Amino acid sequence: MTAIKKRAGRAPNSTALWFKNYLASLRYSLYTMRRPLDGFWDLIHEKRGSMAAAHTIVVLFVLVQIVYLTQTNFTFININMETFSSVFVVMNIVGPLLLFSLANWCLTTLFDGKGRISDIYMGYAYAMVPQLIIRAILTPLSHVVTYDEMMILVLMWYIGEYWFYLLILCAMKQIHDYSFGKAVITTILSLAAMGIMVFIFLMFFAVVSDGIAYFYSLGQEALFRMRRG
Amino acid sequence: MVKKFISVFLAGMLFAGAFPSVAFSATGPTNYTFTYNEWNVPIPSPDAYRVSAYILGQHLYFNGESIGPWRSPQDLHVWQGYLGGEWRNLLYVVDSGNNRIVILEFYGENNAEYRVFDIIDHVIMPDGEPSGFNNPHGIYISDWAFNRGQIWITDTNNQRVLHVNENWEVLTEIRHPGNYRRCADSEGVVFIFDPGEGPSLLEADSDFLPSKVAVDFSGRIFVQTRHINRGLMEFDRYGVFAGYMGAPPVDVNIIDRFWRFIATQEQRERMLLNVPVEYNNVTIDHEGFLFVTTASYGVEPVARLNAMGDDVMIRNGFEYPIGDLWWGTGADRSGPSEFIDVTALPNGTFITFDRNRGRLFAYDTQGQLLYVWGGPGNREGFFTFPTALDSMGHTLFALDGGIGGNFAALTRFDLTEYGALINYALDMYHRGLYAESYDVWNEVLRINGNFGLANTGIARALLRQGDYRRAMRYFRLQNDARNYGRAFGFYRRIWMEQHFWMFALGLGVIMIVPPVVKKVIKVRKEIMES
Repeated sequence: MTAIKKRAGRAPNSTALWFKNYLASLRYSLYTMRRPLDGFWDLIHEKRGSMAAAHTIVVLFVLVQIVYLTQTNFTFININMETFSSVFVVMNIVGPLLLFSLANWCLTTLFDGKGRISDIYMGYAYAMVPQLIIRAILTPLSHVVTYDEMMILVLMWYIGEYWFYLLILCAMKQIHDYSFGKAVITTILSLAAMGIMVFIFLMFFAVVSDGIAYFYSLGQEALFRMRRG
Repeated sequence: MVKKFISVFLAGMLFAGAFPSVAFSATGPTNYTFTYNEWNVPIPSPDAYRVSAYILGQHLYFNGESIGPWRSPQDLHVWQGYLGGEWRNLLYVVDSGNNRIVILEFYGENNAEYRVFDIIDHVIMPDGEPSGFNNPHGIYISDWAFNRGQIWITDTNNQRVLHVNENWEVLTEIRHPGNYRRCADSEGVVFIFDPGEGPSLLEADSDFLPSKVAVDFSGRIFVQTRHINRGLMEFDRYGVFAGYMGAPPVDVNIIDRFWRFIATQEQRERMLLNVPVEYNNVTIDHEGFLFVTTASYGVEPVARLNAMGDDVMIRNGFEYPIGDLWWGTGADRSGPSEFIDVTALPNGTFITFDRNRGRLFAYDTQGQLLYVWGGPGNREGFFTFPTALDSMGHTLFALDGGIGGNFAALTRFDLTEYGALINYALDMYHRGLYAESYDVWNEVLRINGNFGLANTGIARALLRQGDYRRAMRYFRLQNDARNYGRAFGFYRRIWMEQHFWMFALGLGVIMIVPPVVKKVIKVRKEIMES
């Protein structure tokens, strides 16, 4: 009882503190974007980042991606709205994120990686920030640019893409305390591991559904024969 | 209330009277016309062509008796001109199974009446002997000035191409070109037969099975030959073999090349040869270009060749003119369209005939799909085994070869008012009368709101008139990014000019305010300090 009271009494102060830390860690993503090597080291080892901020970035990215895909001028992105589904957008972003975190963690624990699975998740999420910002800029910009000036947007899009790849590599290097070459190799291997995981998932579901179908038809057959007597 | 109703009704009547109205009947015949929209989804459309006659051989009479049913007829040719001192609209039907050529004459208002003009079952050889046909497959009647009315027939199983005059007297008989090689000297053209030497153009012991024929304005004869995959065989006006032309380019992919590289000699010999595909028809349009079709997969199914044999077709549509975009199985048919014939209309529109699903696809000069109709079946407007298509003005004749001597029929299609309206709009559009075509396109859109080309037409008219905002909206409907960009560029410039004061003001504020504020702060500071 006293413990609860104590915590309740301290709550406003603690919430405010938490929120302050949260905002600081969110703002820190702008630093990791510009100074990736230094930034990703401190992100984990100096506890400058937070999982809450990482989740926030992922949610923001999903929202920005949906707006980007639907609201960009049709000259540049033209999707038939009859077939568009936000669920697929969420899966396209969250799926690779979770898969990569898992695959990379599985791999790096075998190769002296220092990072935990949450660290990898955080690093990946923080690395998405420049892409998020560029897509947020591209969406309104597409409405003042004509077809002939498409190169500007394409260039910006590519900058966002390669910036992301670079940040992922830096994050892997610093989180696991690797040399750069080792970071590159483990990242490529974890991509392969992602592929294997997807393959195994699909095979597993195929086998299970086949198994269920087998026993179901077996039961049907048995029932049919029993009924015939 | 009643007054209001009457006024609305009258206004509606006025509006309806402003344009030639198109009568729709819910119970009338239909050909299940459709178009593909901007997302390549098939959308029903009003009929642009409707069956106006369904001509069976047993219903035709010549000299008082029925001419009997068609037996797998293979080709059609329309020829209009003076014959026997009178202007005639003739349709030549190559009734291959019956080894005859039936000539139908169309007359009366809109050429709606028809009768058998003549039946030809033999030609007169130069020595005066008659010579019959053996499964003829193609016919061409020249409409060029220097040999108007002369006729070329591919007598397939007799392995010859006959060049005859108006009285069916043979002028030239083109036979197997063998190992002829062409040698030109100053006198003219001399030919040497040397079976032993030189690259063989057509193996001397192979069959020569000419199937379709066309003759261009300089008298060159183009013969589409069965089992020849090197393009069309070209003969000069004297019937001498001049070479192959217009072979579709072979595309060799890297995987094939890799397998060929690692295969042994024996394996290599057993592999399929990488050879160009075979054409299955040839037609000449009004400008003298050759239209060829092929049913093979991997090359353009319909091409327009210039005199050099290069493909010069304009393909500006959403998709290339390949026929069906949805290849799902239905009614026992699957896979892509297999074009068997093509015809060019006077306004440059061309219509292809699909053997696979019995459909007719109309494309305009830019290669944009206008409408599709027809289907598999053995009733009016449907086809069991399409073989040929030709046009008399804007009237179409489609020939169904039938199956095993049954269902062979000649179908005549005439434009509906909807189709005529589209043609009218297209004519204006292609002549650059964008502003004038605006009303016509709007009328087309009133009949068929899904006709995408009308949106483009309206947008172009609006762009020309300077109504960029609305032009953008219509281009947007057609997913036309390039033209949308053009309209938007103009719109943006005007908007910038009109709102320039905002930018000037903004810039001024940015440039003037901070220094002034800084100065004020400084002065105040100095005052405070002093």
